[in-house]
Amino acid sequence: MTRFLYYPGCSMDASARAYADSLEAIGGPLGLELDEIEDWNCCGATEYQGISPTRAYALVSRNLALAEKQKNGSRTVVAPCSACYLNLAKTEHYLREDKGLAAKINTALEAGGLHYTPGSIEVRHLLDVVFFDIGIETIHGLVTRPLGGLKVAPYLGCLVTRPDYDHRWRSNEHPREFDRLLRTLGAEVVDFPLRTDCCGGHMTQISPATGFELIRRLIHAADQAGAEMLVTLCPMCQMNIDAYQAEMNRYFKTSYHMPILFFTQLIGLAFGFPPEKLGIGTEIVSARQALAKIGIAVPVTEAQEPVGAGAAGPPRRPRAKRTGLPMPAMPGEDGEAPR
Amino acid sequence: MPAAAPAHVTARDATFQNEVRAMIPRDSRLEMCVQCGTCGGSCPSAADMDHTPRMVFAMVRAGLRDEVLRSNTPWMCVSCYFCAVRCPQEIHIPDVMYGLKAMATREGLVPDSVAPDFSKTFVNNIHRYGRSFEVGLIARHYLRHYLTRLPGMAPMGIGMLAKGRMGLRPPKTIKGRDDLRKILVRAAELEAEA
Amino acid sequence: MSSAQERIGVYVCHCGSNIAATVDVEAVSEWAGEELADRGVVIARNDKFMCSSSGQEVVEKDIAELGLTRVVVAACSPHMHEKTFRGACARAGLNPYLCELVSIREQVSWVHTDREAATAKAKAVIAGGVLRVAEQVPLEPLRVPIHPATLVVGGGIAGISAALEIADAGFAVHLVERQPSIGGHMAQFDKTFPTLDCAACILTPRMVEAGMHKNITLHTWSEVTDVKGYVGNFTVTIKERARYINAELCTGCGICQEKCPIRVQDNVFEAGLGFRKVAYLPFPQAVPKYPVIDGPNCTYFEKGTCKACEKFCPTDAIDFTQVDKDVVVEVGNIVLATGFELFDARRIEQYGYGRLPNVFTSLEFERMSNAAGPTNGRIVLRDGVTEPKTVGIVHCVGSRDRNYNAYCSAICCMQSLKFAHLVGEHTDATIYNFYIDIRAGGKAYDEFYQRVLEEGTIFVRGRVAEVTDTLRLPAEAADEGRLMIQVEDTLAGKQRRIPVDMVVLSAGLEPPADAKETARLFGISCSSDGWVIERHPKLDPVATMTDGVFAAGCALGPRDIPASVSNGAAAAARILGRIQQKEMALEPVRASVDEARCSGCRICNDLCPYNAIIFHADRMVTEVNPALCQGCGTCIPACPAGAISGTGFSDAQILSQIEGLLMVSASGQLREVVPA
Repeated sequence: MTRFLYYPGCSMDASARAYADSLEAIGGPLGLELDEIEDWNCCGATEYQGISPTRAYALVSRNLALAEKQKNGSRTVVAPCSACYLNLAKTEHYLREDKGLAAKINTALEAGGLHYTPGSIEVRHLLDVVFFDIGIETIHGLVTRPLGGLKVAPYLGCLVTRPDYDHRWRSNEHPREFDRLLRTLGAEVVDFPLRTDCCGGHMTQISPATGFELIRRLIHAADQAGAEMLVTLCPMCQMNIDAYQAEMNRYFKTSYHMPILFFTQLIGLAFGFPPEKLGIGTEIVSARQALAKIGIAVPVTEAQEPVGAGAAGPPRRPRAKRTGLPMPAMPGEDGEAPR
Repeated sequence: MPAAAPAHVTARDATFQNEVRAMIPRDSRLEMCVQCGTCGGSCPSAADMDHTPRMVFAMVRAGLRDEVLRSNTPWMCVSCYFCAVRCPQEIHIPDVMYGLKAMATREGLVPDSVAPDFSKTFVNNIHRYGRSFEVGLIARHYLRHYLTRLPGMAPMGIGMLAKGRMGLRPPKTIKGRDDLRKILVRAAELEAEA
Repeated sequence: MSSAQERIGVYVCHCGSNIAATVDVEAVSEWAGEELADRGVVIARNDKFMCSSSGQEVVEKDIAELGLTRVVVAACSPHMHEKTFRGACARAGLNPYLCELVSIREQVSWVHTDREAATAKAKAVIAGGVLRVAEQVPLEPLRVPIHPATLVVGGGIAGISAALEIADAGFAVHLVERQPSIGGHMAQFDKTFPTLDCAACILTPRMVEAGMHKNITLHTWSEVTDVKGYVGNFTVTIKERARYINAELCTGCGICQEKCPIRVQDNVFEAGLGFRKVAYLPFPQAVPKYPVIDGPNCTYFEKGTCKACEKFCPTDAIDFTQVDKDVVVEVGNIVLATGFELFDARRIEQYGYGRLPNVFTSLEFERMSNAAGPTNGRIVLRDGVTEPKTVGIVHCVGSRDRNYNAYCSAICCMQSLKFAHLVGEHTDATIYNFYIDIRAGGKAYDEFYQRVLEEGTIFVRGRVAEVTDTLRLPAEAADEGRLMIQVEDTLAGKQRRIPVDMVVLSAGLEPPADAKETARLFGISCSSDGWVIERHPKLDPVATMTDGVFAAGCALGPRDIPASVSNGAAAAARILGRIQQKEMALEPVRASVDEARCSGCRICNDLCPYNAIIFHADRMVTEVNPALCQGCGTCIPACPAGAISGTGFSDAQILSQIEGLLMVSASGQLREVVPA
């Protein structure tokens, strides 16, 4: 049984319901006990820091202080959302490194009857805990319904592996840990070049043209790599690529149909849970077609986007055959570069 | 009234660069920029910025206060941290962008109000509930800025609603809402003092 | 010996305003003359620049006329002028080791701003010097003979230059090289900047000369495994690895290489861009001409079969029974010319080296451009066939980057310009250079930059952010299959995505992977980056802190070929000077063990950073080798019996210096020091 403190973040309630549902489902078999931090507040996303940096750190620190106080036998806070994760981890890191800042923030926290001791809480993303603490061997042992070669593009987004203050990941830009996890579930992981490129965050609200362009790049690259779906670990990324795909298609006059699911949903499927239990079917761009290919039937619900004809843009680039001069060897087990 | 410079910068230098440095709670190393352009080259939204991030640093150094604070650059930053991990001088560029946003907002020098409005609404929701209120935020934002997008958004909105992904009601206010407010007020005081 | 019984001269230097601006030098010298008179000070003077000839003359005159028995100079750090004043004393007939230089500059005026406090401290420092100098005894420098042979480690251009200079002067050189042939990295290059001389054409004559020189013994495919001794007298063990080829019988005909059935990727000479056989000569002009058999990849060693080389060798020169051989040589001096390794460009993932086929490193490009290389000099893509239409050359890869190496690798800008020129020579491609600065400081270097500009290379000032094959639609649809260089054109102020077919990364220079082990082996220091630290970065660039060990070329840090050759020649000149003198005087400041007090506990034995401590098991006592000992003092306090003292650092000297320091209060007043 691995026990953690849990910071769900504001999206888990509604827009990322599927993430929450699937996490709850797989929590049991994984032996993952998540104690929600009592009375946590919003992490401020990327909005608060743009209004006032110091207040933003104070906002986040309240959560760290509450976590420290909670004492459930763990000193690790797990956050499923990348932005929440980074805000918490960054604030913790800064408070630990900068005594002046820590003093200032604690003065502010005192006004609310709280205090945080820098270094007393460790912050990690959900994927980090699943991959490093639970481990793919354990997960492999629990797979009852391998995903039959479902072609997936592993999409981590930017904030989990960058800036990576605690050096959890082998690479800031092309990490392969997520690939390995998905492969363990029986999926075929395509070589997706934009694993950690940005989904645009809130840009769909700020500058739609920019936002849609970023979304398009990701979907197009996944399509070109032969993916049947994108798999992600952040509510914002999922929302952008899923909920705004239609608008993006209209903007660029394309007709992509690239579903995007949370990794917890795929783990759930591989563990044999029925799709409905994992929030599958709540995605706007339906994953039904992709999952049907591997024999998983997702019940049809109302108000689903009609399944598109397929990708737009130029046909898929064939894999270039390599002859001629030799290439340098890449040492990592997945062709990873040396550090 | 420019904020006080960090300790190791002498009081003699009351430049805009120091003002920006002071806005960032930690040492951002912004003065270490050698203008290599890695940030501008890495930025996924650079094409839509008035000035590349690197150019902004050059302008900050040159004391072009008005141009910098009116630039849309920090508002177009997506916080992807590509620049931060690639910068050869280890400058914390996203933090500088946040600092510039805060300064621009404070002085009302933003290029257009879309982004700051979004942030302000977001932040107001936090003050009110302790949590964010996505639907409220989007609704207010679209009504103010993206009226014409609303019709096109309808299918998505209906879809989200039907699948239970849209909470129409505001979140339950956290118990410590008032304490949180006190914390934030105190933090604001400390920020102004510095 | 109490100081009162000596006749001490105190000389306080103003050092212009360096000391005088913070320390009241006049007051201090007056004070010394008055207050320390009953401590033996018979004269105290001050001077604007004590180290000047006139200043020194004053000291010499006083020694002669006032019969001084001790001299204390309060000035800059002994590091600067200890030698100067010792010299003055020696000229006046006073043993130079009876002169003590105390620092009131680096240790007082340069680190304090409060004039009163600094003046008081200066007084204390001088008082310490006065009391100490009385305890000093006359010493004579140690004379050690200099063995006339020299060891040069590393057979690249720097090592070869050093070796030839010494050998031409008539003295023996052992040149050790870990690869099968000498030549180093320069042998891999195509043309060299700025003259565009063919590297092999200018290098191979030197290689041949070194190979044939009667005074040079080549130890190739060898490594130094042990170094004992001290300047003038080093005993070095060289491990000559088994080539499995009998050099007495081998004619260098190359049949073994031809017939060898196993081909492996050549990651050394061909920089991974080509192949070699398991029985191989690294390149045709190799010196010596004897091939080697790469044991770990050899079928015979793996399975006991094949032996094609043996079957076909016309002179029966293949010998699979060979073993590594240790050769012990005696030398007087050592030159480290161990060179550099290329920064591993795979580490910068956003440049795609190792992942994207058409991204190449500088060394790969050199091999490609070289007419004797794997493509016979054709500039082609990784498919070995297609000529690129557009080439992007990227500066500063792994250099000037705190994420990898913060230093500038000095030669890559010129090398990148050279590449631009060579691509233009071999192809009709459009050429881009992506840079942050153009560093072209050497002779005819900037003129070369002008030439490359004239030739039409397009320079974009911007550090490349990313090299990618993921295109953005619809604008880039036509560039399917090409690489995109994403960069901010800082001069135009815009992010650009420039399609190219081939990318060449000018990767930086790094010390060899085993630089720290090498430093330990030779008893020298290297920086945290791994480069050898020179004795003085400006004034003594080829000597190290360890007497008798010199360094030349890129072992010291990135530099071009002219600088490496100069370094080699400079090291050789120093060594030849030593050899000519046949013997050398060593500083007598050394530790010594009083055998009567030594209990044989051996606590000191492992502490010596210079391996100067010997334990005599038969007598159960420790002895310090005075020639190896550098007088660092580490062993002295470690001895629980107090059996070790330092000549020049005796307990009496140190304790009296402390007493002198404590004698002066913070306000500059003399006071009684009551012993505990």
